[in-house]
Amino acid sequence: MDKIRAFSSTLIPMLIANVDTDQIIPAQFVSSRTTEEFAHALFRNRRDRDPEFILDQPAMQGRSIILAGPNFGCGSSREAAPWALVAGGIRAVISTGFGDIFNNNSLKNGLLPIVVSETEHERLRSVAAADPDVEVTVDLPGNTLSVPAHGITIELRIDPFYRHLLISGMDELDYLLSHVAEIEQYEAGDAIHPTTRAKLAGR
Amino acid sequence: MSAPTTDEAYRRTLYGKIWDRHVVLQEPGLPAILYADVHLVHEGTFLQAFELLRERNLNVRRHPLTVSTTDHFVPSRRDLRFQDPATMPYVVKSLMDTAEEFGMTLYGPNDRRQGIVHVIGPELGLTQPGMVLVCADSHTSTHGAMGTLAFGIGTTEIAHTVATQTLLQRRQKTMRVTVDGRLAPGVFSKDVALALMAEYGTAFGRGHVIEFAGPAVRAMSIEARMSLCNMSIEMGSRSGLVAPDEVTFDYLHGREFAPAGEDWDRAVEYWSALPSEPDAVFDTELAIDASTVAPMITYGTSPGMAVGIDGTVPDPADLADEEAAALTTALEYMGLRPGTRLAGKKVDTVFIGSCTNSRIEDLRAAATVLRGRSVAAGTALKIVPGSQEVKRMAEAEGLAEVFVQAGAQWGEPSCSLCVAVNGDVGGSGEYIASTSNRNFQSRQGPGARTLLMSPMTAAATAVQGSVADPRPFVTSA
Repeated sequence: MDKIRAFSSTLIPMLIANVDTDQIIPAQFVSSRTTEEFAHALFRNRRDRDPEFILDQPAMQGRSIILAGPNFGCGSSREAAPWALVAGGIRAVISTGFGDIFNNNSLKNGLLPIVVSETEHERLRSVAAADPDVEVTVDLPGNTLSVPAHGITIELRIDPFYRHLLISGMDELDYLLSHVAEIEQYEAGDAIHPTTRAKLAGR
Repeated sequence: MSAPTTDEAYRRTLYGKIWDRHVVLQEPGLPAILYADVHLVHEGTFLQAFELLRERNLNVRRHPLTVSTTDHFVPSRRDLRFQDPATMPYVVKSLMDTAEEFGMTLYGPNDRRQGIVHVIGPELGLTQPGMVLVCADSHTSTHGAMGTLAFGIGTTEIAHTVATQTLLQRRQKTMRVTVDGRLAPGVFSKDVALALMAEYGTAFGRGHVIEFAGPAVRAMSIEARMSLCNMSIEMGSRSGLVAPDEVTFDYLHGREFAPAGEDWDRAVEYWSALPSEPDAVFDTELAIDASTVAPMITYGTSPGMAVGIDGTVPDPADLADEEAAALTTALEYMGLRPGTRLAGKKVDTVFIGSCTNSRIEDLRAAATVLRGRSVAAGTALKIVPGSQEVKRMAEAEGLAEVFVQAGAQWGEPSCSLCVAVNGDVGGSGEYIASTSNRNFQSRQGPGARTLLMSPMTAAATAVQGSVADPRPFVTSA
């Protein structure tokens, strides 16, 4: 995966609660193959039903940070949700909280789920409302989200392990594979579930 | 939110006991490497994971712990089900090829063990108390009813689990939801789940593993507990749990992959030590009184947008910003006005099925209403059993005949109209009374409008042709 550095964008306000992963990518598109297909699938049903949908508004083109309502990415575990967002040019989503599985899936795909407090969220909302073209900077190595024009700096609360992986471009699977010896030890040890022990012994 | 409990406190909970026994390695500051006893795979999410495995030249590490089936995309229509596999949907065919390539166990479209992945796990005895079970499907929480730490994962984590039988996880916080009192006749665990979300919203479980406890949960069958744990993901929690007890052991005994003989005795001893200690402390505690729960109906596009059958659609004007915006959008989508009474609302289709409510007890509850009655004119009823085994039982008990005589369509085991990717799809603007788990926009088809409810409420609704209270059917039965 590409290493993530600092990036800046104006905000896409999507201030609605509980945007679920079925909305982000409808189930019939989860087996899309190419970046173009995933980008097309992004919020497809919403866009087909509403020509005014936020992502299709001319002013929103080229923007890469969504300012979302609470509980963004709830629902289905489909990793296709971050795939579609990334394919659609989104690099970060800001919310007061994310669906747990979406949060994990995003971190594996270079999409930053940025959790802010209610107060910080309110501040960002009012800034975005008053100054829709204001630039927001996400600096992962520096661990901050900032709106320089308004003197706002918010510390990121991204899991430090995943932050390290994203900055270094490292992969979780490499980490797991480097510990095969411990896994073997666990499988041969006392803690393993009795049924699992029996299955591994061929019973 | 309260501060996390101490290490000592979480160790006395069911979750803590399972967690501790599955940590392969915990390096300071890093997520734990957690061992998975069972990995279930389905055709809906597996594709890119196995591409990654091929790229990295990795194979299935533990074949006996890895089981796949087809449920999301396989047709429920009998005439389409027994076709040449080559004409099956691409992902179904591809899973069949992949299973062969990797030597992975597969219960294919017409295997006698096939079914919705969260129905067959417990049914086959694969899901056992004290295990860690993962599957790339958010409703993996269902298996928690067995006292199993079960949670949904992403596609990348499929690759991790296949290759190493482990995955990286941070320990979650603990929550106990106590369900006091007892459920009234005609009210089910599905109603409890919807009532909890109506009260506390759809994010209250975030970052937590929920243990459902209390007398009403103890009184529930395993299948009822499954419907409750199934919906814990809708409450924001990846895992729901119920402590294993005699009900659990009775359910498991004699199942195909359950331990037998001496292994059974050893397993029961292991399982019996798992429940949370009486003095266990949880990070968060919530309670609900089961006796106050009515049959629940959703009116919006989030499962927390639910009211009792006698209730009315709320007014966005009474809510704060984003919630008001969400409700306004939802009601516009649903074609409902604030103040509307839900009982009597005309529906086009009724769907009884999905990993939430497609088990034999769900079908029995529906049959008590449908026996000797007919589906209302202008309403279609589709009943899709959760597995081949459920289908066989329903046919042997005469339930399938009750359904067909009432005018229902009787389908082949699949996720069907819950996720609408197998050819079963709702039309735009159509109202669907559904026993599934999600009323999200366009979930059951672009523009389709979902009303979530229990199987008995759905059956009553099919008979009346409009949202109906199931309780009169109980007393007259």
